[in-house]
Amino acid sequence: MSKRKVFQGNIIVAKAAIAAGCDFFAGYPITPSSEVSQHLSKEFPKMGRDFIQMEDEISALGACIGASLSGKKVLTATSGPGFSLMQEHLGLAVMAEIPLVIVNVMRGGPSTGIPTKPSQADMMQTRWGTHGDHPIIVLYPAFADEIFSETVRAFNLSEKFWNPVILLLDEVIAKAHEDIEIPEKKDINIYTEKVNVIKDLNIYDRNIGENPPRVDFFKGYPIHIDGLEHDSHGWPTSDPATADKMQHLRMQKIYHFQDEIIKFNEYHMEDAEIMVFAFGVSARAALSAVREARDEGIKVGLFQPLTIWPFPKKALQERFRKVKKVLTVEMNMGQIKYEIERVSSDDVMKKTLLRANGIPFTPKEIVNSIKEFTK
Amino acid sequence: MNKYEKYIRYQTFPTPWCPGCGDGIVLKSIAMAFSDLNLDPNDIIVIAGIGCSGRMPTFFNTNTLHTTHGRALTFATGVKLSRPDKLVVVISGDGDALAIGGNHLIHAARRNIGIKMILINNGVYGMTGGQVSPLTPQKFITETTPYGNIEPKFHPAELMIAARATFVARETVNRTVQLKEVIKKSFQHKGFSVVEAISNCHINLGRKNKMKNPVKMTKWIAERTVTKAQYEKMTTEERAHKYPVGILEENTDRYEYSELYHKHIVPAAKEAAKKNNKK
Repeated sequence: MSKRKVFQGNIIVAKAAIAAGCDFFAGYPITPSSEVSQHLSKEFPKMGRDFIQMEDEISALGACIGASLSGKKVLTATSGPGFSLMQEHLGLAVMAEIPLVIVNVMRGGPSTGIPTKPSQADMMQTRWGTHGDHPIIVLYPAFADEIFSETVRAFNLSEKFWNPVILLLDEVIAKAHEDIEIPEKKDINIYTEKVNVIKDLNIYDRNIGENPPRVDFFKGYPIHIDGLEHDSHGWPTSDPATADKMQHLRMQKIYHFQDEIIKFNEYHMEDAEIMVFAFGVSARAALSAVREARDEGIKVGLFQPLTIWPFPKKALQERFRKVKKVLTVEMNMGQIKYEIERVSSDDVMKKTLLRANGIPFTPKEIVNSIKEFTK
Repeated sequence: MNKYEKYIRYQTFPTPWCPGCGDGIVLKSIAMAFSDLNLDPNDIIVIAGIGCSGRMPTFFNTNTLHTTHGRALTFATGVKLSRPDKLVVVISGDGDALAIGGNHLIHAARRNIGIKMILINNGVYGMTGGQVSPLTPQKFITETTPYGNIEPKFHPAELMIAARATFVARETVNRTVQLKEVIKKSFQHKGFSVVEAISNCHINLGRKNKMKNPVKMTKWIAERTVTKAQYEKMTTEERAHKYPVGILEENTDRYEYSELYHKHIVPAAKEAAKKNNKK
């Protein structure tokens, strides 16, 4: 008997967060993400976990950071405008190396945009939204089962690397009801970095690849956490040598481990002459399109990144040794296409299929684009 | 070593404050309140935003967190809900708490979450060099009101009472014993508390307004404050430009937010879940 059940995408996120051990949620209502908080407001109290609706998105992420520093696994859910408001606190979480997960169910923009329609609008806001150079991890599931697994992975990566992780979702996927098989508890891998006792003030002292910082309050040693640039004690500093060292430590903790962080799916890429590069809901349409085009004898494959940032540069460069045509499909006016341009040489032909009016691409449109590319 | 010095983190000295600044008095008053209550430094967290007041947590030998401008209360809300057993102290300045952080301030008061706020009111943005704040008196000259301030100021203690804070007090850096005592009392209060500590910024406010040293400025503060008992006996005309000091509001009837959540919502949700399972 199949264990598959039908759930809304936002509810799958909430269920995965519960499974991952998330025990604190602070949020602010915003379409199209509100079901995440609605579900957790009902379920968290039953488990003795904390739920609070704050006065805005700024305070929602502030509360999450405070809770994370107090030993909780934390989540907030929002959409583009709310995510914009969170940028300053996102920067503080990166600076102070605080694990947390933000779900951004994207909608069109700028400003209020089209709240009830999908748009892959925040590809660059997730990368460069907060000011200053900073490392970030962004995951982007496309299929219902991936929503669950990538949500769990978001928590695991944030715990492992002591960094915020953003989970992107498309409005249509977040709002659609689809059948998925929720994995059994024993089949879910949960990574938790436990801080037991802090014995000294050198909380940020380590080399690349060594143990994470120990940013946990109430562990027996009175530590200081700061949004200012700090030394290994967490104390504010403007000493250039220390600032240089700390900046590199933060940036490299992600890039050093990018092979572990970067995940992607490939479909029909074995003998492909054309690669379609698509993510989220666009990847779904692209997969159908690739299969239709294959039926007509076109050698085309799909590269679907699950990790958007860090960008899968190495994997793509390997593919571009053989594949000399890449079609980037994204529901915006051209954001990730610049990354494709950055990681490919001039002998790779680039084509784009872009649209930001709230209507997702149909497989037919993508097939037509593929056909044009064969000429 | 004095007993209160256990709560001072000397490794991070010197402070960034100007000589004669009232912030030092507030720092010591808080440390003495910790000491009087014999608290374990590991059971305390001090959180602040940005500005001269924002630097204060660094100097406490407790758990300390330096956050963003105006938002310290939001971080404190996350900490208090996660760890209701801890003493969560927020230190804020007048620009931090009432301009950029005004929304968080009224909502924290409304929720009655057990955060202990110390609002240092020096009537100016000191760290950035002396710009007008929501608590700068009218007609005062600042870097951004070179012809005099035309905006009326907030009365923060009264604003907090209107926002339903359950413990509100006002003191000044002149009255050090009383300041320490109200801070101590606020720490013993269960719900949201705010202590407005009127302080002197003779460098960035006083100098431009004929009060260039701490003596002149603290004298000016003293002239404008009266005890609550004195204030109640005064006529409306006499009350103009006078501010009552002492405990202005103390209400122990309302539940503290994190207690309400953990002792009432959580059991109610568990009970509802049980009934649902039986069906």
